[in-house]
Amino acid sequence: MSAAIAAPARTRLTHLQRLEAESIHIFRETVAETENPVMLYSIGKDSSVLLHLALKAFAPGRLPFPLMHIDTTWKFREMIAFRDQRAKELGLDLIVHTNQEGLAKGIGPVSHGSEVHTDVMKTQALRQALDKHKFDAAFGGARRDEEASRAKERIVSLRNAQHRWDPKRQRAEPWHLYNFKKRRGESFRVFPLSNWTELDIWLYIEQEKIPIVPLYFSAERPVVERDGQLIMVDDDRFPLEPGESPQLRQVRFRTLGCYPLTGAVESPAATLPEIIGETLAARTSERQGRVIDKDGAGAMERKKQEGYF
Amino acid sequence: MTIHQSPEAFGYDAFLRAHQSKEVLRFITCGSVDDGKSTLIGRLLHDTKQIFDDQVTALQRDSRKHGTQGGEVDLALLVDGLQAEREQGITIDVAYRFFSTEARSFIVADTPGHEQYTRNMATGASTADVAVILVDARQGLTRQTRRHALLVSLLGIHRVVLAINKMDLIGWSQNRFDEIVAGFQTFAAPLNFSEVRAIPLSAKNGDNVVLPGAAAPWYEGVPLLRYLEEVPVKSEERAAAFRLPVQWVNRPNSDFRGFSGLIASGSVAPGDRVTVAPSGKTSTVARIFTADGDLERASEGQSVTLVLADEIDASRGAVIATSDAPLTLTDRLDVRLFWAAESELTAGAELWAKVGTQVVNAQVATVHRRIDPETGQAGPADALAVNDIGDVTLQLDRQIAVDPYAVNRDTGSLILIDRATTDTAALGLVQTKAASAKTAPSQVETTAAATPEPAARSGGFLAGIKRLFGG
Repeated sequence: MSAAIAAPARTRLTHLQRLEAESIHIFRETVAETENPVMLYSIGKDSSVLLHLALKAFAPGRLPFPLMHIDTTWKFREMIAFRDQRAKELGLDLIVHTNQEGLAKGIGPVSHGSEVHTDVMKTQALRQALDKHKFDAAFGGARRDEEASRAKERIVSLRNAQHRWDPKRQRAEPWHLYNFKKRRGESFRVFPLSNWTELDIWLYIEQEKIPIVPLYFSAERPVVERDGQLIMVDDDRFPLEPGESPQLRQVRFRTLGCYPLTGAVESPAATLPEIIGETLAARTSERQGRVIDKDGAGAMERKKQEGYF
Repeated sequence: MTIHQSPEAFGYDAFLRAHQSKEVLRFITCGSVDDGKSTLIGRLLHDTKQIFDDQVTALQRDSRKHGTQGGEVDLALLVDGLQAEREQGITIDVAYRFFSTEARSFIVADTPGHEQYTRNMATGASTADVAVILVDARQGLTRQTRRHALLVSLLGIHRVVLAINKMDLIGWSQNRFDEIVAGFQTFAAPLNFSEVRAIPLSAKNGDNVVLPGAAAPWYEGVPLLRYLEEVPVKSEERAAAFRLPVQWVNRPNSDFRGFSGLIASGSVAPGDRVTVAPSGKTSTVARIFTADGDLERASEGQSVTLVLADEIDASRGAVIATSDAPLTLTDRLDVRLFWAAESELTAGAELWAKVGTQVVNAQVATVHRRIDPETGQAGPADALAVNDIGDVTLQLDRQIAVDPYAVNRDTGSLILIDRATTDTAALGLVQTKAASAKTAPSQVETTAAATPEPAARSGGFLAGIKRLFGG
């Protein structure tokens, strides 16, 4: 860590400084009050910010918990390369978990559709991994501005022994006082980025020069159109229609996930300032690129109740 | 105009720096059912261009299914996200919403108006700088308005906007507006608000929310959003005495030992004399460590790691404070509770109390009184039921360091946790010794203010206590 003297503290803190301080406080509270925390690392921009904040919270010490990636085996190849590179650079303790039963059954987003794939390879996989390692708290990068049911999620959110969320049994969460008491088998999901917006995330990435997966920046990529979404053909598992071939288009991604379920947007934005400019002018919310949100009204709330992060 | 300009208009760099240097204001909206809280927030989001095309499409679809505006787009549905809320057309939980302008970022706690959800409103108010209390101009002040104003005052919010909504439905009558404002001022006189700003508006049409309303030329004040952009933030907290509740002792190796925490109030610089509670040990700040380099000064709201000049013992739960104004040490607390559990609270009940960064065992020694949620008047009581506000004395199993809530919202607050369900059973505000002595003459034992360190019993400590209690 640098021993340089930073700029003198301003008397008035910026929004980003307050968000950073709040997130760091949440990390420290969780680590102090739980026995076996883990950080869910999804490789996206929010995870990059989450990791950056966690490193700050415990500097000059090491990160006092491992990272875990739930790998559906359908992530963009660039995501996996980025994950492995960051883990190596930072000396991270990284756990990668895949639902082996699901894999053996050949469950995938193309053959089984987004709902089954997400349930088996993400939701069930996460439950398996949490049970296997007996984690009692899992940090996630979800934000309240992402989706209506998330707006009412607590920062420290209780899950029952089956990892279910009960929106009617949410605890009051006043001041900066988080209740980490629980009954046997219950666990917590902890969301240090709860009060961040998509714009805050981008402004902070630019301010702090945080590395992110290159897929967020515009480039020529091979895509096909499916149900109004531009899907990047990242490997040869993607079934093309007879006579169809991927077209090179100038696109980037606003969120990252399983490549057949993640829509690209046409955009010339190849730098952070351009992305931020586009974010402010955006006419569609970032989750529009996610196919799973469209599985019907209340889809996200239902998935969360079932244990989806 | 306050909505975002395009970055091309004045260059990316200036644009980024402007956004990165903005402050944040946290506010709470409260009001009765149908006063239009959710519509008001929907309007703020919509008019500051936070609503996206796909959300508008979803809104149009939802408005046909659940809307209360007769087929018109119902802005309230932007906020009422849970299925149960949409089906019942009500807000059942605190929702946090976010928007920003060129001047500020905003975090809004939208809280339900129903009486049974008092704890949600208290939660939303606990971190808010300003409260926006909605009144339906046709109904005028209601029991709910009084309850909400009282609650906001109890939770230490000093600035209130009285947003008189649905003015379009009473023809923007100035007489009616003045009448409601006068009624509120009479009621709110004892509530210690430093500012009450009344604004006539229509959330449904947007008048005086973001842009001035042409329909009320008699109103010379600013629209709601402009007020929220200009009202001062956190000035009291910055000026208060330095406090850092220790969350975590950072000892990566034998050369470094730092105390990590979020500064609750005041500011600190290397060289400052500090006292650690509850041990009473004193030392000097050697370094203010952050991952970005050491700081020359740090203030309220920053997460830092303090390195002290002396090898003194402090662990999680301790509070590092300026030696000029140490905290009160006590194992007996007079607390005003917002009771949230379904079970009744009576003397003898055993709970956990989380105070700052430590959890202690707490037993209810006495239930003193219940506060009438409309008038604020105290009446004798020996039990508290769900959603009651009342005063109790807690006996703790060890000495802890606290401030009165009126002095410091972070070092003067606590939650009580039910030992069986592990649910958060109450929100608690530490009362001043003076206040409990005044209102509870029969009470034999009062909060002990003592510190075991002789050094801390000097003039500095007494001066600090005087400052704390305004003596």
